[in-house]
Amino acid sequence: MLRLEDILETRDMIDKRHLDIRTITMGISLLDCADPDVTVCARKIYDKITRRAEKLVSVGEGIEREFGIPIVNKRISVTPMALIGGSCQAESYVPLAIAMDEAAKKCGVNFIGGFSALVQKGCTEGDWKLIRSIPEAMARTERVCASVNVGSTKAGINMDAVAEMGRIIKQTAELTADNDGLGCAKLVVFANAVEDNPFMAGAFHGIGEPECVLNVGVSGPGVVYHALQSVKGQPFDVVAETVKKTAFRITRMGQIVGQEASRRLNVPFGIVDLSLAPTPAIGDSVARILEEMGLETCGTHGTTAALALLNDAVKKGGVMASNHVGGLSGAFIPVSEDEGMIAAAESGVLSLSKLEAMTCVCSVGLDMIAVPGDTSAETLSAIIADEAAIGMVNTKTTAVRIIPAPGKTVGDRVEMGGLLGSAPVMPVYGASSANFIARGGRIPAPLQSLKN
Amino acid sequence: MRAIVTVVGKDAVGIIASVCQALAGYNVNILDISQTVMQGYFTMMMVVDAEKCTLPVAQLAEKMERKGTELGLQIHVQREDIFNAMHRL
Repeated sequence: MLRLEDILETRDMIDKRHLDIRTITMGISLLDCADPDVTVCARKIYDKITRRAEKLVSVGEGIEREFGIPIVNKRISVTPMALIGGSCQAESYVPLAIAMDEAAKKCGVNFIGGFSALVQKGCTEGDWKLIRSIPEAMARTERVCASVNVGSTKAGINMDAVAEMGRIIKQTAELTADNDGLGCAKLVVFANAVEDNPFMAGAFHGIGEPECVLNVGVSGPGVVYHALQSVKGQPFDVVAETVKKTAFRITRMGQIVGQEASRRLNVPFGIVDLSLAPTPAIGDSVARILEEMGLETCGTHGTTAALALLNDAVKKGGVMASNHVGGLSGAFIPVSEDEGMIAAAESGVLSLSKLEAMTCVCSVGLDMIAVPGDTSAETLSAIIADEAAIGMVNTKTTAVRIIPAPGKTVGDRVEMGGLLGSAPVMPVYGASSANFIARGGRIPAPLQSLKN
Repeated sequence: MRAIVTVVGKDAVGIIASVCQALAGYNVNILDISQTVMQGYFTMMMVVDAEKCTLPVAQLAEKMERKGTELGLQIHVQREDIFNAMHRL
């Protein structure tokens, strides 16, 4: 029998602690949309997405009302577009991005992911065309997200692609300069990208995935923060247990919502991504959880250890609550999307170097970080190379989503709006990495790749 | 289908009567009630059977929420499954 206290606790989590389903994301294979004519290909893409995801938003809203749980985002991910575009006799894949954007608008989803290329070991002609279409695609579309996987534990790091991505990020920022370089907020450079990630901007529908699938991303930093307030001063064993129990409940909610959505849409249920995804709202911050563990400001000494504990406990708690766990699963540390991270960066305590250390133990990487507009393409590439190396060696996903904000410098602020939030411009090292990036080639896969 | 109705608000005469009457109006059967008053705030949960309800649960939730606003209460109707998932193994 349910107890009154349990019911009220759940209500409190929803009303006061931002408990929600962060996203239900429908993955759609577009492999059958390939066509030599780019216009025909674009039309097939639009038709398939709008047919498959026609009811995604209405079903999501129905579940929200019946279960009384907010589902903040309904989204779509598609097959990496470089694979589809490779069939087209066209130099630019921008028309394909526009088809994705129009399909997203028709379906009523706020983001669609999959303008992507997987180039960890090398680039096909289609991959190069896709990568070079990114700046214009980001400038001309509203809802399309792009990602490029430049490294993996198995393949090493494609340094030619890393070098190119520095330039692509710069161009994307310049083409969207009117919005503080907003285009870069929709562009992720990955190492060890996962195929079933429901979260943007890095979601795409991997080639090992079925025709159509539904993945769920849960959230709840506010719930974890509140739970930790009840164990002030107690040892870390207690902290870890508390996080685990909370993560279990959050994930169970994600599991039931995901199953229900998949049943109603008649699409197989994929995975629950057990991520703590913050928002700029007060009380929905991962940084504040770390501070609740006893740190005066996120980013000070001890932050990496606190994050390691949090990331691990979230997974341990969540893994038993769902029949399939996947995606990125862990704690996200985007700067602009987290009220506590913004405050810590503005206070000068949270630096880019500390964030890099934190990415060794969190679920992804350097996320939603604004740097001065005059940061060179080579420096951006070097930042990407560092992150990719962390991912490659630690057999984990890492990513860089960085905004070289045009015309802005340290001390300024970049406004992205909505869930993307705002970010203080953080300093980068002035010493050049240009000769390092100019080498090109491939960093060989590490010994960890030889597991057979 | 079973649902949970939660009612929270300042304590006053007739809260249970008003909520029950509203539910009866939609042909919702009450299976269990538990309530308490904490620091002057009335808190109640009801387990209800909405199988023969005249409205779909989503609409019932909207109607009851509006009824709550009229009465100065927060009323939520949610499917029971969500609570079972979160609080029972």
